[in-house]
Amino acid sequence: MNGKKAGGVRRAPQYLALAAYIVFLAFPLVWLLSTALKTPQEMAQADPTWIPREPTLANFADAFGEQDLVGAATRSLVVALLASVITVVIALPAAYAMARYRSLVNRIAIGWVLVSQVFPFILIIIPLFMILRDMDLVNTLPGLVIVHVTFTLPFALWMLQGYVRAVPPELEEAAAVDGATRLRSITSVVAPLLAPGVVATLLFAFISSWNEFLFALVILQDPDVMTLPLTLARFVGPEGVARLGPLAAASLMATIPSLIFFAIIQRRLKSGLMAGAVKG
Amino acid sequence: MRMKSALAAAAIVALAAACGSGGGGGDEAAKPGEPVKLNFLSLAWQKESLAANKQLVEEWNKANPGIQVTYVQGSWDNVNDQLVTQFAGGSAPDVIHNDSPALAGFAADGYLLDLSDKLPADLKADIPQPAWDTVTFDDGKGKQGVYGVPFLQESQVIIANKKLLDAAGVRVPTPGQPWTWDEFSEAAKKMTKDGTFGVAWPMKSPVNKTLNLALNFGGTFFQTAEGKTTVKVGPEEKEVLQRIHDQLHKDKSADPAALGQGTADPLPAFYKGKFAMLPAGVYLRQQVAEQAPDGFEWVTLPPLKGTTTQQGAVSQTLSIAQDSKHPDEAMKFISFFLNGPNQAKLAKGDWLLPTSVKAAADPSITTKEDGWDVATASAKDLVVAPFLKVNGFDEWKSKVATPVLQEYYANKITIDEAAKRLVEDGNQVLERYQR
Repeated sequence: MNGKKAGGVRRAPQYLALAAYIVFLAFPLVWLLSTALKTPQEMAQADPTWIPREPTLANFADAFGEQDLVGAATRSLVVALLASVITVVIALPAAYAMARYRSLVNRIAIGWVLVSQVFPFILIIIPLFMILRDMDLVNTLPGLVIVHVTFTLPFALWMLQGYVRAVPPELEEAAAVDGATRLRSITSVVAPLLAPGVVATLLFAFISSWNEFLFALVILQDPDVMTLPLTLARFVGPEGVARLGPLAAASLMATIPSLIFFAIIQRRLKSGLMAGAVKG
Repeated sequence: MRMKSALAAAAIVALAAACGSGGGGGDEAAKPGEPVKLNFLSLAWQKESLAANKQLVEEWNKANPGIQVTYVQGSWDNVNDQLVTQFAGGSAPDVIHNDSPALAGFAADGYLLDLSDKLPADLKADIPQPAWDTVTFDDGKGKQGVYGVPFLQESQVIIANKKLLDAAGVRVPTPGQPWTWDEFSEAAKKMTKDGTFGVAWPMKSPVNKTLNLALNFGGTFFQTAEGKTTVKVGPEEKEVLQRIHDQLHKDKSADPAALGQGTADPLPAFYKGKFAMLPAGVYLRQQVAEQAPDGFEWVTLPPLKGTTTQQGAVSQTLSIAQDSKHPDEAMKFISFFLNGPNQAKLAKGDWLLPTSVKAAADPSITTKEDGWDVATASAKDLVVAPFLKVNGFDEWKSKVATPVLQEYYANKITIDEAAKRLVEDGNQVLERYQR
């Protein structure tokens, strides 16, 4: 008992640090919730309040009454899911090849992947728009998915090839000695070890697509295909003046689909990270 | 497994629904018997304004089954990035809401339709010439054209805390007898006491505000001689700069905390009585009316007087894309959308001033309530802002004028150094646009 108490005391600073970290991480979400429930008068006070004095749902009513938030969130979710899955499906074999086969072409490819990240989006957006227009993909979600995949792919490739490298080639060699074909050793030996990397890449691609604004802005013109970031921007006026209440309410609702996605995927990420950590 | 299958099925259904809803652009040629479709990119964002815009589009669509308008809401922050791409790609909306400073570049690049020959006589007559001047630009080949219909304007007024104003015992200005800048400075000094400042100047984006006010003393900042435009910062241009600087650093009657803030940022301190007066665009009254705590009394004071009460006018506009397949139908829609009664609705919704003479007489925007009478009266002093006509102004503004004015107001450089940089660095920028 005493030992347990002593352990608890020893761990108190850790718990405190953890609690502080959680509060720090949760701050934007709590502030968003607090703002979403405030009246315009309370929001404009010089001394901000944490807990709304006269909580109101008027901001939610305005946000949902004025904009198709549910539709926009659905479209964003579909685009982000498709873009992230397609990105990983394309990047995975390429990353394996980049990590395992060392050659001049490979080194050039890796260099190009890095260089491709330094081009500012605004530089390529007009030619890209024209290509999409010629392919009849402007104003369509498949067009946006293609663009998101194209721009997430280099970094996803870079991430994944790092994960592949972390898997010792000796494991594949051992599988080969046991009689496994290359495909079998990849699917049975390498793939399970790559799971955390795949999940992390999936998350990265999902977040990139979910938050992407500029490409969506120029590609999507029809109100019926607009994604969530475009819809949220509608609450901001000239010179950065914003309708904070409805914007906070809409932003709060906008976080829900991504939270659900994270909730579904995070167990896999955790279990993947643990895989192979203990011998035996 | 079932969960995974259900999720996959849901994703496929959602994708099919989402992808299926993508419509074609409004610029497609109509087939015989089908209505003409127009896309209208609107930048309305305030609740009342949004409602007014949507209602007018609905009214139009109901009354004109042959010309159907799709309302597309854009946003002020990035409309020009969006338009640059869509113009270049030939798929811009038919009817475009923007502000007049943005039109000069688009007109010179040939992206906007010259409306000179398309404007209906009654619409043309209802809007005074100074407003038309804000949308009249060079077409890039030396010919002047009208590239938008101006419909909402903004003037700079002063929003004041009535209790502090009364307590200072200063003369309350009226549109007929406005304050001079000297009176304004004196009033600000009188109101500066007990931790309260007389005025706050939020100067995060100082250029348009400074340049518009500079016209009070005849400051134009640009001059054109022999077809070449250069930057000019002489005594007329320096006057307003110096006066604002004096309030901040000599009289110490301006709240230094507001200097780096955006237009609406100082409002919480204003409600708390940290300062008494806030020079701002007329539209900011909307936020004050909506947010001010119970019992907070505020008034709108008319624009200040230098050698004149003139201010630079920037108007919100509706334009037609050069590539629109249906320019005549688009013009018909604009004529309806911007007629007198409709402009009054739009102005009321955005808390701005209509350009339409008929709209300006509407009782809803001449009432004393929320300072509408003072705001509407200020429209008479609006003249075309000289910088509107300057090709390259946007770059001068962002790369030269904004940092220079911010440094000057923050007392980091002298007025002579500021003037030197505005002129020398500015002329280098303008040079590129005049080759």
